[in-house]
Amino acid sequence: MTSPQTPGIAAHRLDAARLASNFEDVQPPLDHHEARVAADRCYFCYDAPCIAACPTEIDIPLFIRQIQAGRPVEAAMTIWSQNIFGGACARVCPTEQLCEGACVREAAEGKPVEIGRLQRYATDAGMARNSHPFAREAPTGKHVAVVGAGPAGLACAHRLAMRGHDVVVFEKRPKPGGLNEYGIAAYKVPGDFAQAEVDWLLGIGGIEIRCGVELGRDVTLDQLRAEYDAVFLGIGLQDTNALGVPGENRAGVEDAVDFIERLRQTPDKGALPVGRSVVVIGGGMTAVDAAVQSRALGAETVTIVYRRGQEAMSASRHEQEHAQTRGVRIMHEAAPREIRGNGAVSEVAFAYTEAGPDGLRLREAGFRLEADQVLKAIGQRLGPLPEGLGVRGGKIDPASLPAGVWVGGDCAPGGEDLTVTATAQGRDAAEAIHRHLTGPAA
Amino acid sequence: MADLRTDFVGIRSPNPFWLASAPPTDKEYNVRRAFEAGWGGVVWKTLGAEGPPVVNVNGPRYGVIHGPDRRVLGLNNIELITDRPLEVNLREIKQVKRDFPDRAMVVSLMVPCDEESWKAILARVEETECDGVELNFGCPHGMSERGMGSAVGQVPEYIEMVTRWVKQHSRLPCLVKLTPNITDIRKPAEAAKRGGADAVSLINTINSITSVNLDTFSPEPSIDGKGAHGGYCGPAVKPIALNMVAEIARNPETRDLPISGIGGITTWRDAAEFLALGAGSVQVCTAAMTYGFGIIREMTAGLSAWMDEKGFTSVSQVTGRAVPNVTDWQYLNLNYVTKARIDQDLCIKCGRCYAACEDTSHQAIAMKPGRVFEVIDAECVACNLCVDVCPVENCITMVELPKGTVDPRTGITVGDYANWTTHPNNPMARAAE
Repeated sequence: MTSPQTPGIAAHRLDAARLASNFEDVQPPLDHHEARVAADRCYFCYDAPCIAACPTEIDIPLFIRQIQAGRPVEAAMTIWSQNIFGGACARVCPTEQLCEGACVREAAEGKPVEIGRLQRYATDAGMARNSHPFAREAPTGKHVAVVGAGPAGLACAHRLAMRGHDVVVFEKRPKPGGLNEYGIAAYKVPGDFAQAEVDWLLGIGGIEIRCGVELGRDVTLDQLRAEYDAVFLGIGLQDTNALGVPGENRAGVEDAVDFIERLRQTPDKGALPVGRSVVVIGGGMTAVDAAVQSRALGAETVTIVYRRGQEAMSASRHEQEHAQTRGVRIMHEAAPREIRGNGAVSEVAFAYTEAGPDGLRLREAGFRLEADQVLKAIGQRLGPLPEGLGVRGGKIDPASLPAGVWVGGDCAPGGEDLTVTATAQGRDAAEAIHRHLTGPAA
Repeated sequence: MADLRTDFVGIRSPNPFWLASAPPTDKEYNVRRAFEAGWGGVVWKTLGAEGPPVVNVNGPRYGVIHGPDRRVLGLNNIELITDRPLEVNLREIKQVKRDFPDRAMVVSLMVPCDEESWKAILARVEETECDGVELNFGCPHGMSERGMGSAVGQVPEYIEMVTRWVKQHSRLPCLVKLTPNITDIRKPAEAAKRGGADAVSLINTINSITSVNLDTFSPEPSIDGKGAHGGYCGPAVKPIALNMVAEIARNPETRDLPISGIGGITTWRDAAEFLALGAGSVQVCTAAMTYGFGIIREMTAGLSAWMDEKGFTSVSQVTGRAVPNVTDWQYLNLNYVTKARIDQDLCIKCGRCYAACEDTSHQAIAMKPGRVFEVIDAECVACNLCVDVCPVENCITMVELPKGTVDPRTGITVGDYANWTTHPNNPMARAAE
C-alpha cells in the first residue's frame, strides 16, 4: 500500500473511504428548513443588482420568493427559462463574483443571500420530477447543426428545439457535456450530475447528439452549411498554452486540463496516480481544481505558483480559500525558469517576478520546489479553426463568420469563460437563429 | 436597581409579571416551577363549577403562525378551562400559596351564569387564601357555546350582573377578564366597573383560524379532518391589545380602573409598553409556552434596567405614562410636517423604498444612476412607508420641517398647531376665533 509519503507518482495513496469523503459534495444541499431561512434573507430588491450580475439574467428575487412560498419546482422553472444549465451553474458559478457579489446584503453585512445554494435547492427539486419541463413549439421544418456539446452548444440546441427546430449536435469526445463533464472538479458535480443534467436537457426531444465527430476531421463547416439551415459553433478552447521553459517535456509534466479530464473519467479514483509533491502553475479555476484534487487523491504537498499577485488571480477568492482549506499552498509573484530532473521531473526552479513598464519581468532571485508532478494551468486557447474564420483577441472574430453561422461559448468573445456565460451565448444565438429562420414576427 | 415590587388592587407581587390563566398555570407542578424561576404571580387556570370536569379534545389543541425560521408569531388554542377536578385544583392552590406567600395567586373562575353557582365557587376559593379572583368572560371557544366565557363578556349587562354577585359574595379583589371579540372594548370595561370590579384584565384571545390544510381542506388545528375557531394570542395580537388597553385607560368612565395588561408580551419592552398605556401589572402566556419559564429573568432585568435609565423607581411611575399622548385623529397636529430623508452612507441600494413609493404610494422617491435613491420633497406626504420597508435601521428617517418653512409639496408655510376640528375643509369646523 502506498501512502502520501511514497515518492514519485503513485496510485492508491489513500484508502477508499478517505477518497470517497474527499470527493463528496463540496457543499451539501440545503434542506427545506435551511432553504426557507436562506430565502427569507432576500429583500426582493427593485431592479435587483443580482439579476444584472447574472450573465443569463435569471430573475433571482422571483425564484427566491417562490422558494419562500414553498414552490421550489416553480422556482426552478423561473431559473431554467433563462438558464437551462441552472443546475450546473448553481454548483460551479463563481457566485461571489456574480450574483452574490452584487447582492445588497454583501454590501451591507458581507453576507450575501446564498443565491447559488438556493438555485441548487430549486433545480434539484425540479430535476427530481424526472420529467422535462419544457414543451416544443410547432415544428418549423428547419434543421440546425450545433458543433460542440458543451454548455454553449447544448443551451443553443435546447432553445432551438424549444422553438420547433430539429437539431443535430456534433461532439468530438465520447460523451456530451463539455467542460461540465470533462473540465470541472469532481467534488463540484458529484454523482455523475453532468450526464444526468444532459439527459434531462435532452428530454425536450428534437436533439440528436453524434459523439466522436470532429469538425475539420470528420466533417467540415462547408458541409454543415450545405446540409443545414444554420450552424452554431460552440467548440470551446481546444489548445493549451505552453510554459516555454527548459524541461517542459519531462515525464511528470502535463496540462492540468488533461489531469482533470482523466480524473473525471476514472470511476475508481484510487487507481489514479498522483505525485507526492505536486506543483501547479497558474492562477485560474483550472489551477485550483487541479491542485485541490491532487490533494484529494493523496498528494503530500501541493503548491500553486502564480506569476502575479493574489488580486490578479482569476480563481475567485472563495476558490482560493477553499484550496487553502484543503491544504494547498498558494505562492504569488513567481514564474518557472526551468523544470529539472534526471529523466522525470524532480524539481522546478522559479524566479521571482516584478511588474515593470514592459510587463512582468523575472528577477535574478528565486527558489526551487521539489516536484514529482507538475500541472500546467496557464490558460487555454483556440485550436485549429475552419478555413476562413478569423481570430481577434484570442477568440473567433464574429465578423469573419460566413452567412448562416453563429458562435458562442469559450471560443467566442464577450464575458468570462464560464458555464453561465456560455449558456447565455448559446441561448441568445438560438434566438438569433430562430429569428433568422422564421423571419420577423408578424 | 429599580423596585419592581407591585401592588395591584391590593395584590402584592415581587414584580409585575404574572403568568396568565392558561395551560402553564393548570397544575401545582407548573406553578411551582414558575415561582422558582422568578415569576411574580400567576392567574391559576380557570376553575369550573363542582362536578365532573370538562373534557378536552384528544387531538391537537394548538395552531401556529410561524416566521421563516419557525419563530412563533401567533398561537391559537381550542383548549377549555381546567379539566381536573375542582377539589384537586383548590388543594394545590392552597399549598402553593402557602409555600410562596410573597407571590400573587389569583384564581380564574368560570361557572354558569346564575348567582348560586358563583356564590358556591367563591366560598370554596376563599378557603385557599388566594389573593384575588379573575372572572373569565373572555374564552372564545367551547365554553361560550354553553353560555359562559365570551358569551358573558360580549353582553355588558351580564358582566355587570355577575361582577356584582362576585363582589357581594366575596371580599377578594376581583379582576374581570375581557374578550376582544367585541366592537367597543370600553363598553364591557364600563360594565365591569359598574358591577364593582377592582380591575379589568385584557385581552383574552381572538377568534381565529390559523390556517387551512390545502390537501385535506381542514382548518388547523385539525381534529379528524374538522376544525373549530380557536383563540389567537402571541406577538401577533399585541397591537390589538395595546389599543384596547389604551382605550380603557383614556376613557373618562374607566380611566381610574386598574388594568392587568395581556396580549403578546414577549420581552420586557412589550411589558413596559403595556404599563405605559395604563396597565398596572402584565400577564404572559405564549412567550412562556414557547420558551419556558426562564424568560422571566430577561423580563425583570430588562424592565429594571430601563427604569433605572429613565429614572423611574417604581412600576407605578411607569403606569399610564403614555396615556395622555393617546388622542383621537381629529386632534393630531396637521401642521406637523415631515419629509423622508435617506442617509446615502447607510443605504444599501435595495430599492425597496422606491418600489413601495412608486408602486403603492406617492412617487416621491427618485431612482438615479448608480441606484441612488433620493426623496422628492415636492411629492413626499411623509407617509413613512419607505421607513417601514427599509431593511436598514435609521437609513431613512422622517425629518420635521421647522415652523416658518414652506412645504414644497403644498406651498403652505408650516405654522402653529392646528387640527381637523378647525380645518377649512371640515364641514363641521367651527370658525376659529
